[in-house]
Amino acid sequence: MVLAQTSLQPSEAAGGAPDALPRPIVQADKLSLVYQATDKPVVALSEVSLIIREGDFVSLIGPSGCGKTTLLRVIADLERPTGGAITVAGTTPEKARLDRLYGYVFQAPALYPWRSIERNVMLPLEIMGLPKAERQARARAQLELVGLAGFEKKFPWQLSGGMQQRTSIARALALQPELLLMDEPFGALDEITRDHLNLHLTQLWRRMGKTCVFVTHSISEAVFLSTRIVVMSPRPGRILDVIDCDLPRERTLDLRETPEFAAIAHRVREGLKEGHSYDD
Amino acid sequence: MSGPVLAQAAGGKAAPARPVRRPSPAGMLPVVAGLAALALFLPIGQRGAEGAAVTWLGHPMALLFLLGAALCVGTGRSAVTPMRSAVMELAAVLLAWALPFHLLGEGFDLGRAWGMWLFLVAATVLLWRVLAVFSAVPGALRSAVVPGLFGLGLLAGWEVVVRGFSVPFILLPAPSAILATTAAQAPVLWADFYQTVVKSVLRGYLIGCGAGFAVAILADRVPFLARGLLPLGNVASAIPIVGIAPIMVMWFGFDWQSKAAVIVVMTFFPMLINTLAGLAASERIQIDLMRSYAAGYWRTLALLRLPNALPFLYNGLKINSTLALIGAIVAEFFGTPVVGMGFRISTEVARMNLDIVWATIVVAALTGSLFYGGLALLERATTAWHPSMRRR
Amino acid sequence: MTTRVGVTVGERLLPLGVTLLAVLVLWYAGTLWLNGPQAAEMLNRAGTDWGAMDFARRAFTMPRPLLPTPDQILVELHKSVTGYPLTNVRNLLYHAGVTAGAALTGLGLGVLLGIVLAAGIVHVKVLEHSLLPWVIASQTIPILAIAPMVVVILGNAGLTGLMPKALICMYLCFFPITVGMVKGLRAADPLWLDLMRTYSAGAATTFWKLRTPASLPYLFASLKVSVAISVVGAIVAELPTGGQAGIGTRLLSGSYYGQTIQIWSALVMAALLSMALIGVVRVAETVVVRQAGAR
Repeated sequence: MVLAQTSLQPSEAAGGAPDALPRPIVQADKLSLVYQATDKPVVALSEVSLIIREGDFVSLIGPSGCGKTTLLRVIADLERPTGGAITVAGTTPEKARLDRLYGYVFQAPALYPWRSIERNVMLPLEIMGLPKAERQARARAQLELVGLAGFEKKFPWQLSGGMQQRTSIARALALQPELLLMDEPFGALDEITRDHLNLHLTQLWRRMGKTCVFVTHSISEAVFLSTRIVVMSPRPGRILDVIDCDLPRERTLDLRETPEFAAIAHRVREGLKEGHSYDD
Repeated sequence: MSGPVLAQAAGGKAAPARPVRRPSPAGMLPVVAGLAALALFLPIGQRGAEGAAVTWLGHPMALLFLLGAALCVGTGRSAVTPMRSAVMELAAVLLAWALPFHLLGEGFDLGRAWGMWLFLVAATVLLWRVLAVFSAVPGALRSAVVPGLFGLGLLAGWEVVVRGFSVPFILLPAPSAILATTAAQAPVLWADFYQTVVKSVLRGYLIGCGAGFAVAILADRVPFLARGLLPLGNVASAIPIVGIAPIMVMWFGFDWQSKAAVIVVMTFFPMLINTLAGLAASERIQIDLMRSYAAGYWRTLALLRLPNALPFLYNGLKINSTLALIGAIVAEFFGTPVVGMGFRISTEVARMNLDIVWATIVVAALTGSLFYGGLALLERATTAWHPSMRRR
Repeated sequence: MTTRVGVTVGERLLPLGVTLLAVLVLWYAGTLWLNGPQAAEMLNRAGTDWGAMDFARRAFTMPRPLLPTPDQILVELHKSVTGYPLTNVRNLLYHAGVTAGAALTGLGLGVLLGIVLAAGIVHVKVLEHSLLPWVIASQTIPILAIAPMVVVILGNAGLTGLMPKALICMYLCFFPITVGMVKGLRAADPLWLDLMRTYSAGAATTFWKLRTPASLPYLFASLKVSVAISVVGAIVAELPTGGQAGIGTRLLSGSYYGQTIQIWSALVMAALLSMALIGVVRVAETVVVRQAGAR
């Protein structure tokens, strides 16, 4: 916990005066979440403090059970913390959810099989009550953005896994959210598709300048995509380290072969190792 | 009762088969030829019950049938594809099966016509061969023609055996006789149908399924209720609910109300259980998605959970379609105005008027199949997205 | 461990208990409501003044009530089960035994037929495409409703007593077994099937060593469905036989003579019989599955 605090301070201080920094989108302060399991309580999050600023691409990385998904779900108000405080876009997570300020991409595409691709992307807009013409226009624009123009009338099962996950990203973007939350969105895909989608995602992020929080357990994925990497550790779920990832914003797959990339990846790996020696 | 299994089968959800390959049906042809050759030496019937036995050679017309069939098979041998030779062989089968009808039409008695029967057996083996070729081809040929020919074969066999062996009418009438009665008694059958199906079954079915669905939604909102009702529903599926028919007749009188009441009780629990199962079918991740959109209970229900529950709802509706018909007819055994399918069956059986009983059974069977088939079609139209429907 | 039990009691038994209690309360209320007019008339005819308690007592103890109370049914059940020897026609257990005999015979025949059909369908492609659709179609026919007629027709053919009923039960039972076993015999993992091929095992060996054990869970699932149907089939088949024995006969005679308590106790007995037979299948399943070493 001490680690997390100290590593937070410099990253804030490095930017100079506080008012020069972009505004914080997510502010977590000593966040805790304890599940009451049948035999003993499980500490999913323990005093997690973190600030995510506008335009950041923050990856949460760690072994399974480290609470990275839980943290994301707390931000999304899919889970309520049992202690600490959190604001999302300057308000409570619940208010942010009700105002539809974030888009969420799950591990699985979670597309509705009875809806066509286009109508899947239009689903959140339907719930928001947008008029039909605008729904359609937005859905088309988003599908084009993720490179799925021409697939509007197809049904989910007619698409490959990678295309399905791209659809679910388009669905999250269709809300025009301030914040994009992604929970291991490419975890179930093969590595080639994954590389392809990573490239796609980083280009998308650069073009739109949206704040992203990205949960992953792949080191190279985290380094490739992020501006900051939050290293977490299980039992109890806590932040071990926050690593700035100051690679150029323009990123190609070749970047992964550079020494700078390797150096950051090494730091992440060291951080993860530290977490392991902790609980053995 | 047989519901869950029934719907699975009808939905074609059986696991993708790895059927054990049998040797090709080519070996059947010698059997066919052997049987047919043996048949040549046996009589093909008698003129009247006391008449002398007639042989193939004594009946040029029969010989013509035989030669025609043989010619068809022979032509089929030289056809380019197995499919074409199968079509030729099918023609031979039809020709062979036409023979007994021709003989019966001439007033022959087939009780000891062993040559003719052996010939028919040969034709049946040949039909088997044809079906084997047909069912190797996916599509309409396999899903419609093969079962169609099989059913037609069963009907023809029934007809020929009943008439050929002069089976007593009281035991089993020929399909043609049942059909004739059905046509002749159409007004009576219609009145029975109206009383039983339109008045009792439809109303009871709609009320029962509607109530089951509504209570399931209620139980979904109040989990306490669901936990109390579900065990009761499971017990109800194990007990013979039709037995309440006499009580309902006592409470609601002889007319359709008592039958509808029986149906309501019978259909309520299957619908309740299936709806609850369907509402539980949505995945956690899909629910979370709706929550991330700040969609409320009814929104989530309409946009996510009900579409996901559709296959389960259809399952319940299909089980209930058969149950409702059973409930109405059985309840009519315990008292009814002098009309209705159950009334017709119980009174005419007592009077040994079995032809109208059989006709009523035909109507009941048709009603049941159409009811079920209609639901199955509706299901295919509305749940085409479901994995179980996609295979075809 | 203690928390486990606490969870069970709180989350499962409590709702069930409350629901059962509600059913019971509704039942007694229904008794008052349905038997009320008749009870009031009887009290008026007696001439003396009567209060609410008299009314309730009267409504709860009618000799031929529209709706008997649960205690009346229990008393009747107890009387008929313990009051007469097992072979007496007034003993409900005797009737239950007759019905169970027919149901179990039919079940046995149905299981046999169902397994033979399923094995045929799994091994012979032609049967799969020609027979299976008709097996399914056969179930949309409300055979149960025409069971009485089948009994009469079979009677004409010289079949009387247990056999006609058993045949009806067989017809009702074979279907779930066939469908379940077709699934079950195909439930063997493709990998296991390939393993059998590497041993160059024939169809028969594969059937006995792999397909049969793999199908056992499906067989038992189908059996549970079939047993319940079989009991219903036996009861309905007993309706027209003119009252020799069986739960169905008791139902019919009860309805002829307005003996509502008799009808209800026969119904309860039918439910008990059905649940008992399903219980037997459950036990058999546990034993067999444990022997097969399955999870």
